[in-house]
Amino acid sequence: MAVTSAPDAPAQAATRQIFMSQALHEALDEEMARDPNVFVMGEEVGIWGGAYNVTAGLLEKWGEARIIDTPISEAAIGGAAVGAAVTGCRPVAEFMYSDFMGIAMDQIVNQAAKNRYMFGGAAKLPITYRAPFGAGTGNAAQHTQSLEAWFAHVPGLKVVTCSSPHDAKGLLKSSIREDNVVVFFEHKAIYSMRGPVPEDEYTIPLGLADVKREGSDVSVVTYARQVHYALEAAEQLAGEGIDVEVVDVRTLYPLDVDTILASVNKTNHAVVVYEAARFGGFGAEIASQIQEHGFDDLDAPVLRVAGSHSPIPFSEPLEKGAIPDPERIAAAIRESLQGSR
Amino acid sequence: MYRTMRRIRRFEETAEVAYRAAKMRGALHFYIGEEASATGVCAALNEGDFITSTHRGHGHCIAKGARLDKMMAELYGRTTGYCGGKGGSMHIADVASGNLGANGIVGAGVPIAVGAALGSKLRNDGKVTVCFFGDAAGPTGAFHEGVNMGSVLNVPVVFVCENNQYGMATHTEYANAAPVGDRGPAYGMPSERIDGNDVFEVYARAKVAIDRARNGEGPTLIETITYRQKGHTIHDSKGYRDEEEIAKWIARDPIERFKRVALEAKALTDEDLQAIDDEVEEAITQAEEFAEASPWPTLDAIEQDVYV
Ligand SMILES: Cc1ncc(C[n+]2csc(CCOP(=O)(O)OP(=O)(O)O)c2C)c(N)n1
Ligand SMILES: [Mg+2]
Repeated sequence: MAVTSAPDAPAQAATRQIFMSQALHEALDEEMARDPNVFVMGEEVGIWGGAYNVTAGLLEKWGEARIIDTPISEAAIGGAAVGAAVTGCRPVAEFMYSDFMGIAMDQIVNQAAKNRYMFGGAAKLPITYRAPFGAGTGNAAQHTQSLEAWFAHVPGLKVVTCSSPHDAKGLLKSSIREDNVVVFFEHKAIYSMRGPVPEDEYTIPLGLADVKREGSDVSVVTYARQVHYALEAAEQLAGEGIDVEVVDVRTLYPLDVDTILASVNKTNHAVVVYEAARFGGFGAEIASQIQEHGFDDLDAPVLRVAGSHSPIPFSEPLEKGAIPDPERIAAAIRESLQGSR
Repeated sequence: MYRTMRRIRRFEETAEVAYRAAKMRGALHFYIGEEASATGVCAALNEGDFITSTHRGHGHCIAKGARLDKMMAELYGRTTGYCGGKGGSMHIADVASGNLGANGIVGAGVPIAVGAALGSKLRNDGKVTVCFFGDAAGPTGAFHEGVNMGSVLNVPVVFVCENNQYGMATHTEYANAAPVGDRGPAYGMPSERIDGNDVFEVYARAKVAIDRARNGEGPTLIETITYRQKGHTIHDSKGYRDEEEIAKWIARDPIERFKRVALEAKALTDEDLQAIDDEVEEAITQAEEFAEASPWPTLDAIEQDVYV
């Protein structure tokens, strides 16, 4: 696999500023060109162009056979991907919102995730399930959830997130080429965020975290949109003389524990940030890995900043209050450092 | 029924203006052009009967008797809204009037309606549940499971598929292998496809189905054929429908049709209609003022009502 690495290795190559939605679009388009077995299916991916514009124009370019508008049938989308994959296709199946994956849960969890194992390693399931997730758009309780922990908990699924156009493109390309089932989460509040993306082709391997900001005092470990909130908090705290490192884990499974531990080894403090409900969220796994393998490095307990124990409320002040923001992250960082500075 | 249709229309037109003035956020799905469907069906229900609704739920809610001020306040995200601002446009429930709630998940209301009707059967309370859903719920598993179970359990439910021709940009004939209103025989129940823009026909056909359900004769499946005059949401400006098609349906607008028929039959005069319009206008103005003056919720509300 041709691999160029993360953005911290400053790309010499020419880049341009594009939206995350465009970066994802390019990944789909390029992989469709590269491999005729790749096809896209989902609700409104064709005529509409995808609820977040990711597939806009692909129907015109690739035609109905490979850009497939489906009826509202999540279970059939999830399951048709399984059948197509075991017989040689490389489906990219889109759920319009990750909240609707509940309807396809049997197909994803009992069928896709277990097929290869149950049948003794006979089959290969190169499926990518794409889904927007996350809050911040006023879409209320059934269109804003962060359910990544459900999927990371299921053996047989790989789970990927992205926080920038660069990562989105490179990780989606790898996910499509991956011979295992990947659940690819895109935070809907950052589709319209711009960032540099190389002109030339590149991929980013799954299972590699990325240090988005180097620092020496505390490690903030997070993913997706919260990376940006963590970076904002880091900027605020720089003014107070606190030097924050921000680790974007990117892939939840397989998790790059080494990069997280290396960071904590340097800073001796860890704050884990995630948008899902705090209790039982994926950040609990990160915190647990840190204390299990990096206990001796820690000068303070691993803290978590996460979502409230509630569905996401509609009203703006409530929605804002239900998920982490830069202020709450900054407060947790100060708390972590209390006594050790 | 004119009053109800007018209340729905003006509520939504007013909400659209407020939204565009950035007084609201999130999704706003307009029922404009489909008012006869909810209005005719709900007019045939008794007080205390139940409905389940959809993401496009303002019309169902108003037709079932909801207060405009509490609805508007919910769209504004204020504490005085039906859900204290936690639901918004897509999630209004008014359990007191029998509205078990709008739904952000297409098709999800079908099994819920069956359950409500099952409760009525167990309690023998004589109530009927109407399940409203869109044509694009026809392809969902929840539709199939719910309708089939409603039939085999013989519960007092009426399934009302509102065929507004589209689910987002997808035409109903693309998404449904056969029209929902033709599927009754497959589930052992009567079904029919009716003119959903004719409030009198909707009322008459719904009445037959509701009476049947109330008499213990089982569910009916009705497809009201209508049209979504606006985009899928307030943000939808995509050109997947041709102007001619939209114009053809606007010419069949259910409210204008009602007026024509009522005036021709001399059942109502222009003055009668004007009096109703004035009355609706006053209620709308009050609802808007109420919403604007209502307080925002405070953060302590976030984790309230997650559990009893
Ligand atoms: C299970 C599920 N899948 C997809 C969606 C996204 N979505 C919301 S409304 C809609 C179209 C629904 O069409 P229809 O049922 O005909 O109702 P209409 O919008 O036309 O009133 C879609 C695809 C959803 N809310 N729920
Ligand atoms: Mg429809």
